[in-house]
Amino acid sequence: MAQSLDRLKESPSQTAGPYVHIGLTPNFCGIGGVYDNDLGSTMVNELTKGERIELRIRVLDGTGTPLRDALIETWQADAAGIYNSPAELRGTADPNFLGWGRQPTDMETGVCLFRTIKPGRVPFRDGRLMAPHITLWIVARGINIGLHTRLYFSDEEKANAEDPILARIEHRVRVPTLIAERHGDTYVFDVHLQGEKETVFFDS
Amino acid sequence: MPEPGSNRTPETGAFFQRDRQWHPPAFTPGYKSSVLRSPQKALVAFANTLSELSGPVFGHAMLGELDNDLIHNFARSGESAIGERIIVQGRVLDERGRGVPGVLLEFWQANAGGRYRHKKDGYLAPLDPNFGGCGRAITGEDGGYAFRTVRPGPYPWPNGPNDWRPAHIHFSVFGHGFAQRLITQMYFEGDPLIWRCPIVGGISDRRAVEALIAPLDMQSTIPMDALAYKFDIVLRGRRSTLFENRPEGN
Repeated sequence: MAQSLDRLKESPSQTAGPYVHIGLTPNFCGIGGVYDNDLGSTMVNELTKGERIELRIRVLDGTGTPLRDALIETWQADAAGIYNSPAELRGTADPNFLGWGRQPTDMETGVCLFRTIKPGRVPFRDGRLMAPHITLWIVARGINIGLHTRLYFSDEEKANAEDPILARIEHRVRVPTLIAERHGDTYVFDVHLQGEKETVFFDS
Repeated sequence: MPEPGSNRTPETGAFFQRDRQWHPPAFTPGYKSSVLRSPQKALVAFANTLSELSGPVFGHAMLGELDNDLIHNFARSGESAIGERIIVQGRVLDERGRGVPGVLLEFWQANAGGRYRHKKDGYLAPLDPNFGGCGRAITGEDGGYAFRTVRPGPYPWPNGPNDWRPAHIHFSVFGHGFAQRLITQMYFEGDPLIWRCPIVGGISDRRAVEALIAPLDMQSTIPMDALAYKFDIVLRGRRSTLFENRPEGN
């Protein structure tokens, strides 16, 4: 026998279920008057610095049907590549941009819209710059543990080509699953949970 | 950047690796909804970058007075939700056993009859006009939190021909780093439905299921008013950065 390490185990995940809106976006599902607004529903104001963009995201199941009961959270740096977080030691982020968003997928169409700004580049652990990206976290009925992926931008070809995380993906044919297609100011991003086009999900 | 005047050392160490044998896997066919919604390819692993280590801060200022009181936060003035009145309290800890302050907890649940206030829920149990079913809290300096609610009822759900969910409260947990993000469910000590539930059954280790079962806590009850249950939550711990050097190319 030896001493105990005195470590605890992380609480196991359980699905968010079909009624996730009640807890995380109550106003969206008709529970008004408890919170003034749904947290994370507005990401930018008129003072936020950076290029205004819209993310149009869907999550598709193994038959290609869009999930209409999913919830997506986004986390990103500001336009200068600084996170609005105590863990950010390189500077102070834009005070008009928290960098975090939360949206349910539409109950009819399955489309999820985020109005935000394009993030700047953030350094990798060795100081090389990562390409601009937004971290996504996806939960829904049938998803036992939240899925972590990243959204990169189709008009950042050069930065994407030198991104250390994209470079880790052994099967190069899967890299495009992480790249949102630009149409005007809108980036379109389909997350495939299964199938030939299954999105790359991360364990980090 | 750390808050001005704060003497708390910013936490920047990488998170302990997630034990995916402890969590339910993505594909748990007994829970039918997981079949077409579970990724089938291997997850791509990488060490945390700043994008995973960082996360937003939610201040206590955003909370309303009744946010942690589900008995009253949707009720008409002078009225209250129907059901067994309970207090749920506990701490959010990390895997090193330290309390985690400033964690945003959001909870949601069915009413005492097992019915959710949601247009997708068609269970015949009635809605309670005084119960919305959502609440939130932010942990204090020691990681502690508490809220007041009614005990939710169990309810049938369309999975097998006669599957019932044990009474449960959903918890969304927002720690300091985005990689700590977690949603889970709290169950109640002694509920025989726990061990029959296909969602719970996705967890293979009995000790992991037990980590989600809140015991009755007589010391935290309010006599003549409310029973109490204790529910601690554990988030991923961080590596110490004390002896870490970061040579180029590391």
